[in-house]
Amino acid sequence: MSELVHTFTTTIPRWQPYVVPVDLATATDEQRAAMQVTPSGKGISPYVLTLAHDPESLAVRSPLFNLIMYGRDGLTGSERELGAVAASVVNRCVYCAAVHASRFNNLTKRTDVIEAVFADGLEATLDEHLQAIFDFSARLSTTPPEATAADAQALVDVGLNELECLDLVLSAAIFGWANRLMHTLGEPMRD
Amino acid sequence: MPADVLGLALRLIENLASAGPGSALAEAMEKRAEILRLSEAAHNAVLLPREPGGLSHGLRAALAARMARLNRNPALASHYDTLVARADEPTTASLVNPGTNVTDRRTAEIVRHADRLTLAPREATRAHVDALREVGVADADIVRLSELAAFVNYQVRVIAGITLIGGMR
Repeated sequence: MSELVHTFTTTIPRWQPYVVPVDLATATDEQRAAMQVTPSGKGISPYVLTLAHDPESLAVRSPLFNLIMYGRDGLTGSERELGAVAASVVNRCVYCAAVHASRFNNLTKRTDVIEAVFADGLEATLDEHLQAIFDFSARLSTTPPEATAADAQALVDVGLNELECLDLVLSAAIFGWANRLMHTLGEPMRD
Repeated sequence: MPADVLGLALRLIENLASAGPGSALAEAMEKRAEILRLSEAAHNAVLLPREPGGLSHGLRAALAARMARLNRNPALASHYDTLVARADEPTTASLVNPGTNVTDRRTAEIVRHADRLTLAPREATRAHVDALREVGVADADIVRLSELAAFVNYQVRVIAGITLIGGMR
């Protein structure tokens, strides 16, 4: 019996759409082309089949997402993932949080940071470096964005340069996008 | 082509003391030029799609202007007001102002959902999607609406973040 996952977890749920996804068998050439450019490159997920309803957006979003999250230089991968997690906590996207908290844990070989974030949410206490990154990302993710010059200065104070700051802005911002798809078009299930 | 996310961000940061040509921020943005180019392509995909489906260009522009206002970004709202004027669609143009709505049930439900996607996406549930379907919004248009709100809220945060970086030091 499947059940809805309500709480943050690093166990990645199954995403179940609220709408009927595109049927691969009857997909248009444009939809097929848009779906090929997916992050995994493996089987086509219900999520991608759902987004294929708008192939013009999907075709652009996939490469944009990959460049922002998996680009080579600049901010480290784990710090980008923490920006993604912060946005996902603000927007309460349990699925996005699970995927990117898991990536953070895998990249850093530690679990205490995500445990603190999942236990205390936006009040989580982290080490100074990660606190600055988490708080900036979370405050950029509210509507309207609440991040201040002091939040940005905190990034500089813990050693981030302009390129790393820009990468963090992009990582948090692209989850303002991803959360608004994943959390509003479907729900996380445990089978 | 309309002003894009990069162009708008650049105009905004030109006024910031530490973000002029040759600054570290300008160099960082140059290194991320492909991301900013794709952001512009995304803008065109959600605001001016070749296949708009059941969300007209005028309605999209009006909702985008409204989302920018809800995010307290008047410069971005002004950009979308220009697209609203260009679309010249009297039935939806008034939606640029938060708090307004129209009497047409389908459009009214779309507007309510657009506000939710901007202000409180965390509160979105299956019931909201069902409500859209009940007034005749097709599944493809529900996805298009989420993409529109998702993009504008991304753009708002890119601009806000770059503005903060440009103001440092």
